[in-house]
Amino acid sequence: MLDFLMEPLAYEFFRHSLLAALMVGSLCGLIGVYIVLRGMSYIGHGLSHAAFGGAVVGFTLNLNFYVGAGAMGLLAALLINMLTKDGKIKSDAAIGIVTTAFFALGVAIISQVRSFSQSFEAALFGNILGITNEDLWVIGLVTAFTMITIFFMYKPLLFSTFDNEAARVFGIKTSIVQLMFSFILTLSVIASMNIVGVTMIAATLIMPAMTARMMTDSFSRMLIYSTIIGAITGVAGMYMSYIFNAASGATIVLFGATLFCLALLIKFIRERFILHSHLHSHGDLVHAHPHGPKHGAEDHKHVNEMDRVEKKM
Amino acid sequence: MNHAVSLSGVTVGYEHNVVFSHLSLEIPVGQFAGIVGPTGCGKTTLLKTILGTQPVFSGDVRLVGYPVNKVPPGTIGYVPQLESVDWTFPVTVEQVILMGLYTNNRIWPWPTKEERERVHDLADKLGIHDCLHHHIINISGGQRQRAFLARALINNPKLLVLDEPTSGVDIKTQHDVLHLLGDINSEGITILLTTHDLNAVASHLPWVICFNNGVVAQGKPRDIFTNEILTKTYGGDIIIVEYQGHFLIANSTPLHLQEHN
Repeated sequence: MLDFLMEPLAYEFFRHSLLAALMVGSLCGLIGVYIVLRGMSYIGHGLSHAAFGGAVVGFTLNLNFYVGAGAMGLLAALLINMLTKDGKIKSDAAIGIVTTAFFALGVAIISQVRSFSQSFEAALFGNILGITNEDLWVIGLVTAFTMITIFFMYKPLLFSTFDNEAARVFGIKTSIVQLMFSFILTLSVIASMNIVGVTMIAATLIMPAMTARMMTDSFSRMLIYSTIIGAITGVAGMYMSYIFNAASGATIVLFGATLFCLALLIKFIRERFILHSHLHSHGDLVHAHPHGPKHGAEDHKHVNEMDRVEKKM
Repeated sequence: MNHAVSLSGVTVGYEHNVVFSHLSLEIPVGQFAGIVGPTGCGKTTLLKTILGTQPVFSGDVRLVGYPVNKVPPGTIGYVPQLESVDWTFPVTVEQVILMGLYTNNRIWPWPTKEERERVHDLADKLGIHDCLHHHIINISGGQRQRAFLARALINNPKLLVLDEPTSGVDIKTQHDVLHLLGDINSEGITILLTTHDLNAVASHLPWVICFNNGVVAQGKPRDIFTNEILTKTYGGDIIIVEYQGHFLIANSTPLHLQEHN
C-alpha cells in the first residue's frame, strides 16, 4: 500500500501537482463554507469565467496570466457588489450578467486570434500536471493569506453571513467585510483555476462545504471539516487521476461528489434508523430525545415543544 | 439627550416612492413603546430608519444623543423578525448570543472565559441555559425569541428594538415574551417594537404609536385605542370592548355576519 502511494511521488510533476491539489482543496473547502451559507453557490463558477476572460485579455497585452485574470476577476467582483448593493438586482442575475460578459470577451478575442487558443485549455479544464513553480508560489501565498484573513475576520464574517442586517445594526462594518470577502474569494478562484479549471471550480468550492454541512451543526466545525475534506479530496483525486489516467480536475470533482453522497447516505441512515430508535411515547405524544455521550436524566428533559412532536396515529 | 430616539423632519422612501415625509417622532429614555399599523403602512421602514439601515432622503435621526450613523457599537440591541432568520444555518444558541459581543476589539475568534460567563448568566436569566448547545432549529419558538433577545441584551444596550416579536409564536409565548420585555424595561432599557397584535399591545405596553405613513396618534393604550383613532389608522371600522379592565379589539362586523347581511 505504501509503495503504491509512494510510487508516483518519484516524479517531480506529481509532487508539484499533489502539493497544489492539497492547497487548492483546502482553500476551496474553507472559502466554500461561506459561499454555501451565503447562498452564492454560483459565484465561483461566475468569477472563474470572468477571470478567464481577463487572462485572455492579459495575454493579448503581453501580461502575466495571473495579472490579467486577477484584474478582471476583481473588477467583476466589485461590479457584482455594486449592482447588488441596494437589493434591486439579485446576486444571481448580477453574476450572470457581469461574469458572462467578461467570459464572452475572452471567447471573442480567442476566436479572432486563433493562434493561441490552445494555451487556454488548462484554464478551462484544469491542468494540474503542468504546474509550474510560479503556480505553486501563487497558490501557497493565496492559501496562506486567505486562511489568515478568515482567522482574524472570523467574527464579522460569521455574523454578516448569518444575519447581515443585524450585524450592521450591532456595529459591524458589513460593506468592508463584504468587500474583503469578495477579494479573498476572487484570489482563491484565480489561484485554483489552473488546477481544476473554469468548468469544475464551482463543484470544488461547494462539495466539501456541503459534505461538512451533512456532518455537523456547528459553524466552526463545519469550517474545519470542510477544509480537511477539501484537502483529502484534492490529494485522493490526484491519485485517482494517476491511477486511471484521467483528467485531474474531473477526478477531484468525482471524488468530492462520492464523499458528498456518502455523507448524505450516512445522514439519512442516522436520521431514519438511529434517531427513530430513540423515539419515546408519552400518552398520545411521540418525542425524540437527544441522547448524547453524556446521556443521563438531564437529557430526558423535553428540550422543546417543537421536538418533532407528532400525534400518535 | 433625554430622548432614546429622535426623528426630526425625516423623509424616507424607495426610489421615487415616499413612504413617509417630514416625520418627527421622539421616544424618551426608559419608554416601552409599540408601533402598530396595517401591513404596508411603513412600520418596517420606520424601524429600519431608526436602526440606520434605511437611507433617508432628508431629516435628522438621532439615537441616545448620537447621529444614527455614529452610534457606538453595543448601544442598540436588535431582535429581527423570527421569520427572517435562516434556521438551517449551522449555529448553536450559544454562538448566536456570542455574536452580540463580536463588535468588541478582541480579534481572536474564540470567546474569553468572561464572555462565556456573561452568556451563561444571561441565558440563565432568560431561561434558555439548558439549550445553549442546541442547534437553533431544535428549540421552540419561545426559546428562539429569547436566544435572539439574549444576543441583543448581551452588551447592555441603551435601546432595544424588536421587529414583530409577537408574530409566529403562540398566545402563551407572546404573553411570556412581553412580560419579559416589561421586566427588561424596568431595568432602564428603552424598548421599541413593532407588532400587529393590538390586544397584546393593549394589555402589556404602556405606550403605543399608531402609524400609517406617518404618526396617526400616540399615547397610553387606554387613550389611543378608540374607534376613531384605530379606524383612522387601519381604514376600517373597528370595535373596542373593555372587559374586566382589558381591551379587546376586533373588526366591527364578523365575516359570517357580513355574509348573512
